[in-house]
Amino acid sequence: MNDLLRISGLTVRLPLDGEMRTVLSDVSLSIAAGEAVGLVGESGSGKSMTARSIVRLLPPGALVEGTIRYRGNDVPSLRGQRLRDLRSSVSMVFQDPRAHINPVRTVGDFLTEALRVNQRVARREAEGRAVRVLDEVGVADGPRRLRQYPHELSGGLLQRVMIAAALLTEPHLLLADEPTTALDVTTQAEVMAILDELRRERGLAMLFITHDLELAAAVCDRTAVMYAGRVMEIRASALLHDHALHPYTAALAAARPSLERRAERLVTTPGRPLSAFEAPDGCPFSTRCPHVRQRCHDERPDLRPLDGGQVACVRAEELAVSHD
Amino acid sequence: MAAYLMRRAIMLAATLLVSSFVVFAGLSVAPGNPLATLSGGRSLPPESVAVLVQRYHLDEPFFVQYATWLGNAVRGDLGMSITLRHDVSELIGSRSGTTIALILYAALIVLLAGVSLGLLAALRPGIVDSLVVMSTAVVVAVPPFVAAIVLIGIFAVNLRWLPALGNGSGLWDGIRHLTLPAFALAAASTAAVARVTRTTVRAELGREHVQTAVSRGIPYQAVVRRHALRNAAVPISTLAGMTVASMIALAAVVERAFSLNGLGSYLVTAALSKDFAVVQGISLVLVTSFVLINTLVDVVAAVLDPRIKLGRRA
Ligand SMILES: Nc1ncnc2c1ncn2[C@@H]1O[C@H](COP(=O)(O)OP(=O)(O)OP(=O)(O)O)[C@@H](O)[C@H]1O
Ligand code: SF4
Ligand SMILES: [Mg+2]
Repeated sequence: MNDLLRISGLTVRLPLDGEMRTVLSDVSLSIAAGEAVGLVGESGSGKSMTARSIVRLLPPGALVEGTIRYRGNDVPSLRGQRLRDLRSSVSMVFQDPRAHINPVRTVGDFLTEALRVNQRVARREAEGRAVRVLDEVGVADGPRRLRQYPHELSGGLLQRVMIAAALLTEPHLLLADEPTTALDVTTQAEVMAILDELRRERGLAMLFITHDLELAAAVCDRTAVMYAGRVMEIRASALLHDHALHPYTAALAAARPSLERRAERLVTTPGRPLSAFEAPDGCPFSTRCPHVRQRCHDERPDLRPLDGGQVACVRAEELAVSHD
Repeated sequence: MAAYLMRRAIMLAATLLVSSFVVFAGLSVAPGNPLATLSGGRSLPPESVAVLVQRYHLDEPFFVQYATWLGNAVRGDLGMSITLRHDVSELIGSRSGTTIALILYAALIVLLAGVSLGLLAALRPGIVDSLVVMSTAVVVAVPPFVAAIVLIGIFAVNLRWLPALGNGSGLWDGIRHLTLPAFALAAASTAAVARVTRTTVRAELGREHVQTAVSRGIPYQAVVRRHALRNAAVPISTLAGMTVASMIALAAVVERAFSLNGLGSYLVTAALSKDFAVVQGISLVLVTSFVLINTLVDVVAAVLDPRIKLGRRA
């Protein structure tokens, strides 16, 4: 396999109020070079923690088990310069550009920082490159923008700046954590289109995190669905919506958040989404699943190959048949 | 920025006007008639009374008196000392060097030691952090004159490293003589700045934009310098500026404790001998410096944080 990134059996525990809580449990996921993979799930399902594990940006005190290999490197054991090299090669686009860009430094400083500090590119050269990439992400008047401060730019512009900054270091993998959730609807579409186009042009791999199954399907080759810190299903994005194998995916698809209001928390099936540490024995979705049986409580369903994808539901086959 | 500076300049002028008025009005609200206050309660021959009445326009309305006094003060004429029979401006000039040097020395200590200690504590949780937190908690509550007694006891009397009294002569000797006073003056402020540095650098290190920098592979030292410390510089400089401004008043205590020939100790002497022109003159100089430093602090904050100019802060 020519995987750029391969995560297997990733379990992450975080300290909270003096006890260790599981937030990711046995997550396995791989991304090939140039491939876009969606990561969908309700709030608290562990999407951000999965992305953060890849660049080792977990909260202090996190305990990590399992393996993460990026271009042959064992990520959890990287230190110092080799860890910084990994981070230069994997760019992150955060949800809230307003909070994730230093408010007291200029836009130009934000854009060129990685080039100048890590790659020792001269200021003039770095700024020239920044202006060119700004132009690509649809921000005109680059030289003036470089001298402005973040508070002088709108949210949409600022997110384009964040995307430009992520592209400037010429990474191989982009981690986009709900890059458009903080923006208004028209801007969302524009920013999404730019991100999608530039990624394809450059043959960049991407892990795209969203609440929106349809949006993931529009920009990703494959999509993984997470619930309570676990992967429930991974399949070709095109198939997920209409041919979901997992009851949770089907519930997400049925919720169909309208394009006008992409709800922060999806109301899918009755009941509230569980975090990994609250999940019951057996299937974590069993508390809300309309198809639950006794054996769903008895064993924890592992992710297993089915129908060209993978699914973690003991009744997947029989349910798939009954759908048709 | 230009509009902001303009606004600040107008505010500065207004503040100076009001404070000069307060300093001057002190003369008329002092008990007894102005003549008695000016003469410090001494009985004067009629010629001297006539000179004083003319000099202070005592036969004219209050506002005319104030305007004349202010006009003279702006031109550098602060009147005559009654006890020393000497020009007040010159008396102040000859003593202000010591006070300025003392405050600059103390300000340097506050900034260097305060920021380094705070940064050290912020970056080294555990024993180093606890030591800094505990020691600064004690020192921050120590007033300068207590600090002066302790420092004299340890470094001048016991260890005999540094002189305790007097101004010294020459640059090096002068610095040696100012060292203990400067530390006494700086102690509490240094502790305060260390604590604020520790808290704000910690808070900044937990902010999202710092995560962004880390996620881009920027070396941690550079992240601390370029983001955490840079952003913490706004509250740090504001606090440091305010404590330096407060030193203008506290310098009097320290100067007396170490027998330094500065403005503060002269103010006390003059007040005790009821030398009113000197009290008024020194007060005006001190109040003006205080107001100027506070304005400078505001301008520095606006330079450090571009959002302040627009009147909104995050
Ligand atoms: N700093 C932290 N310490 C302890 N637990 C945390 C911390 N941050 C997040 N968690 C927990 O980790 C779990 C997964 O969180 P994560 O942020 O990955 O969810 P998410 O899928 O990204 O959700 P959202 O869609 O809201 O962004 C949640 O249960 C959350 O409460
Ligand atoms: S294993 Fe059972 S409870 Fe879980 S999703 Fe499948 S049918 Fe529902
Ligand atoms: Mg998230």
